Amino acid sequence: MRIKSQVAMVMHLDKCIGCHTCSVTCKNTWTNRPGTEYMWFNNVETRPGTGYPKRWEDREYFKGGWVLKNGKLQLKAGGPISKLMNIFYNPDMANLEDYYEPWTYDYLNLIDSPSVENLPVARPQSMITGEYIDKPEWGPNWDDDLAGGSDVVSQDPTVEKLQEHISMEYEKTFMMYLPRICEHCLNPSCVASCPSGALYKRDEDGIVLVDQEECRGWRFCMSGCPYHKVYYNWNTHKAEKCNFCYPRTEAGLPTICSETCVGRIRYIGVVLYDADKVKAAASVEDPKDLYESQLDVFLDPFDPEVIKEAKKAGINDEWIEGAQNSPVYKMAMKWKIALPLHPEYRTLPMVWYVPPLSPIMNHITNEDELSTDGYIPAVDQMRIPVEYLASILSAGDTGVIRKVLLKLTAMRVHMRGKTVGGVDGFRQSELLKQADTTPEELEDMARLLGVAKYNERFVIPTGRREMDDNLYYAQGACSLEDIAPPEGMVTYPFFGKGE
Amino acid sequence: MKEIFLWVIFPYITVTIMIFGLLYRFAYRQLTWAAPSTEFFEKKWLRIGSPLFHWGIVLAFIGHIMGMVIPRGFYLWLGIPDWLYHVGAIYGGGIAGLMVVAGLIILFIRKMVIDKVRIHATFADFFTIIALLVVAGMGAYMTIIYNTTVNEYEYRTTIGPWFRSLFYFQPKYELMASVPTLFKVHILAAFALFASIPFTRLVHFYSIPVNYPSRAPQQYRSRAQYQK
Ligand code: SF4
Ligand code: SF4
Repeated sequence: MRIKSQVAMVMHLDKCIGCHTCSVTCKNTWTNRPGTEYMWFNNVETRPGTGYPKRWEDREYFKGGWVLKNGKLQLKAGGPISKLMNIFYNPDMANLEDYYEPWTYDYLNLIDSPSVENLPVARPQSMITGEYIDKPEWGPNWDDDLAGGSDVVSQDPTVEKLQEHISMEYEKTFMMYLPRICEHCLNPSCVASCPSGALYKRDEDGIVLVDQEECRGWRFCMSGCPYHKVYYNWNTHKAEKCNFCYPRTEAGLPTICSETCVGRIRYIGVVLYDADKVKAAASVEDPKDLYESQLDVFLDPFDPEVIKEAKKAGINDEWIEGAQNSPVYKMAMKWKIALPLHPEYRTLPMVWYVPPLSPIMNHITNEDELSTDGYIPAVDQMRIPVEYLASILSAGDTGVIRKVLLKLTAMRVHMRGKTVGGVDGFRQSELLKQADTTPEELEDMARLLGVAKYNERFVIPTGRREMDDNLYYAQGACSLEDIAPPEGMVTYPFFGKGE
Repeated sequence: MKEIFLWVIFPYITVTIMIFGLLYRFAYRQLTWAAPSTEFFEKKWLRIGSPLFHWGIVLAFIGHIMGMVIPRGFYLWLGIPDWLYHVGAIYGGGIAGLMVVAGLIILFIRKMVIDKVRIHATFADFFTIIALLVVAGMGAYMTIIYNTTVNEYEYRTTIGPWFRSLFYFQPKYELMASVPTLFKVHILAAFALFASIPFTRLVHFYSIPVNYPSRAPQQYRSRAQYQK
């Protein structure tokens, strides 16, 4: 057993209102420099839709993530040797057209314009070339809220796969939001794709980072990440990615996207896992088994044996306690209502999604007399096709999705019964049995999903500093390593200390 | 005196500039050390130009080792007569030279024609591409045209030993006296180019990730001093 701790996130999609606050605060924090204009460490896409970058889920094209070849786990784009052979030109890399050409507006013209007959306008101006763009044709969230209509929806790789089930007739359309950040995978293909070894996973919290000094700009991480969450900074010629706001999480604070999330859909907590099991878990034959095998790598933080081993591995009490109170552990591992995004990419992603419920397609006529079990068929008639959710969240296994939706429905029915009554025999109901749960568990779920306060949603033990040499100096210094000189005064090589 | 400057002082100065420049950049300008790709802006031209140029350079590099580093005696010992060596050199070197020059021309045009690429190109970028064109152009010309029309020059008895003598600090500059001017200019231009490496995008030559195939696929690191 090789225990490691991982900071992970759950997003409860039911509550996402698609406001993009998360994306904007993230951008203002991390990517508002030249070279990063097009980077959205956090983006919220409308599904069905092409996503960001366009068609990122098209793995036949971008070749991200892992595949199983002859029972062995391999990078889909090819291993180190083939990477070195392609180092002069990466055939799989997305370029600016797959994202969009970022632009600003010529606001100055509004101020400087002489008095003219027609109102002066601020023309769009490319942030790459500085030239005017007469007609921007694609941008971030161009297809927000199905704005691209059936033209864009049909380009969604998931829709392409499920064509016969999905209809864009007005009465049958469906829509959901999918906020995405880097998954901080347990088996990150970005790390394995980096020829320079500049990407790494942090031992203590599992955050995947790019060492800006070691990155040589080979760009294989960009196409290697199946979620397309590594970006190339055209200005510094280095890769950048979501860093889980580590300066904040180290201080016990949630990431900026979670902190500012209007729908309060995000939860952050610690999970413990066995690093020795990761490879085997990612190598199971049937993609539909990946969800279960992924769950198998996590350890029960209450198990005395696990606690003992964790301490041996240098995980302190605060982190073990954090793992015990972790909302992520509850939702993803205990209640199993949060699912990994595209487990079939075999990276073991660490951002989990509670799938959204949606309106029922066929009008329920006898709602007043609806028996508790009458809600069961409703699960199969929800507006968002179970197949669609399954191909995003469970490698196509509709059984997994159905079970989660049943549980969420049971939770609603039970809570409705508790507060307004009118639900009979819930404890004996078929609904409760099929959802495989208990009223007590449902109440816990309702609390965490519905009313949980800040410190229940975010249980983040602080980064460890007790081994730092000079805590007195570190006090008040910037959390970003090496921004402050290490010993107080600037030192000059060859010339001694500048004291 | 002039000979000493050209074939002793100049090579050492340029290589010294290169070494100290590289060390300086490695130590203090690590954040600028990268292969500054523009693939993100433009893929179609790069797809042809870049592999053509780079693979050409790889071949040319091997060719230069075969000609400059490996002595003529070694080939004779292997039983490879001079004429055979030169046939090989003309074909191999010719192909490499053409690849490099063609690739460079494509990359150069791309740099000038594609707006996004041109706007972000620096003086150093243009300097590099032109300098490479000059050096590689002369190299290709020497291999393909000079060697086949004017005279098949046996550089393995003059330039080769001189080049090797630089490494053990007893430069045999007198050997260079008889070398045709074209070869001399090619060599001097190449050394000047070496001096520019630390200040241009060429630094990425020194970060070829050779140990990638042998390292563990997943990299773990702990934050400074976490595991004390
Ligand atoms: S989601 Fe993040 S950790 Fe996973 S492969 Fe992509 S960049 Fe790497
Ligand atoms: S801030 Fe929250 S609710 Fe708004 S789009 Fe982002 S995840 Fe959804």
